[in-house]
Amino acid sequence: MTPGLFILITFLSSVVAGGLGSLLGVGGGIIVVPVLTLGFGIDIKHAIGASLVSIIATSSGAAAGYVKERMTNLRVGMLLEIGTAAGAIAGAYAAAFINPKYLFLLFGVMLGYSGLSMLKKRRDRSGDVVPNDALADKLRLHGSFYDRSVSQQIDYRVTNVKPALAIMVVAGAASGLLGIGSGILKVPAMDLAMRLPIKVSTATSNFMIGVTGATGAAMYFARGDINPFIAGPVAAGVLIGAVAGSKILGKLKDNRIRVGFVVLLLWGSAQMLWKGVRG
Amino acid sequence: MSDPVHNAADEKVFAVEESISTLLRVGVTISLIIVVIGLALTFFRDGQGGDLPSRIGETAVFPHTPRDVWTGLLRSDGQSVVVLGLMVLLATPFMRVAISAIAFVRAKDWAFVWITLIVLTLLATSLFIGAEHG
Repeated sequence: MTPGLFILITFLSSVVAGGLGSLLGVGGGIIVVPVLTLGFGIDIKHAIGASLVSIIATSSGAAAGYVKERMTNLRVGMLLEIGTAAGAIAGAYAAAFINPKYLFLLFGVMLGYSGLSMLKKRRDRSGDVVPNDALADKLRLHGSFYDRSVSQQIDYRVTNVKPALAIMVVAGAASGLLGIGSGILKVPAMDLAMRLPIKVSTATSNFMIGVTGATGAAMYFARGDINPFIAGPVAAGVLIGAVAGSKILGKLKDNRIRVGFVVLLLWGSAQMLWKGVRG
Repeated sequence: MSDPVHNAADEKVFAVEESISTLLRVGVTISLIIVVIGLALTFFRDGQGGDLPSRIGETAVFPHTPRDVWTGLLRSDGQSVVVLGLMVLLATPFMRVAISAIAFVRAKDWAFVWITLIVLTLLATSLFIGAEHG
């Protein structure tokens, strides 16, 4: 394969990954890393570096949409980011020493968990009473936004700040170690623990993954682990795919497609685990 | 659009956030244009792509410091242009956090000035830890 062709195929695969990700509400990393490693045989560390860079692209690129709608809760995001960034430094640092086969194993476990958790239905908790949290009060984390889909101003209270911070450290470490945006860990933390409305969780997570991704990417960059010929096309492809996906197709709620995606995730999980076991 | 939860100072912060987010979009677009230019330079003009297959599997260290990029740019090295584009991209979250810190200062929200500075410190640390290890 000529180098030019390789770059083109990498780019096109990334467009598909970005589009699929935006359709199904997952980040690029979950799809990009397995595709690059299993499909192209790229060193997993280069794949992770490229994925982290692409995460920055989607975060910074999509920011305007979320911020203007006032869905991003900057205070919650910035506070939690202390945990996530610290975790990402630890994770990215450890990644340099860990035998790649463990990265494959961890990634496989993470994919499996993502697939299974997508099967669970989200209970509507909007009527539930939100317990008081002194820290949330003190830092004025509570928020409000105008939800266009129901034409209503939605006020919300925030709680469980400290547990959420702890989860964020883990999410950050997963990000630095595996090159994922960790939406799969962040959303439960913000949605279930902190009781943020789902749109606020998504928007705030979008802000956070950019900073977490930058923390991880900076370390890979400084180590010279970012291959520009992989990171460049991947970042461009994922961003274009995500933008095209959200504009052209919107979010698919069709259950069959979600189940199809779960099957894909579980198959991917098996593949990554197998690669980890085989070494 | 009424917002009973936040006060005037928070509105100041929001206004800055709105401006930053537009800036971020511009930054991402510019960075990717630079990346595409660099890729085009590498493959169409320099024909350097020839040794790319050997690079993909390599654990070689790619140009990654501002100095590498500068010397590369002076040589019109396509790869350095791609790296420059990636650096611009990497800078966008840094900028977002830094400008947020300034916004919180203007809003006199000192708790969040501290929180944001901690995040900024973590970001800065990531740049330096990696370098020492590499």
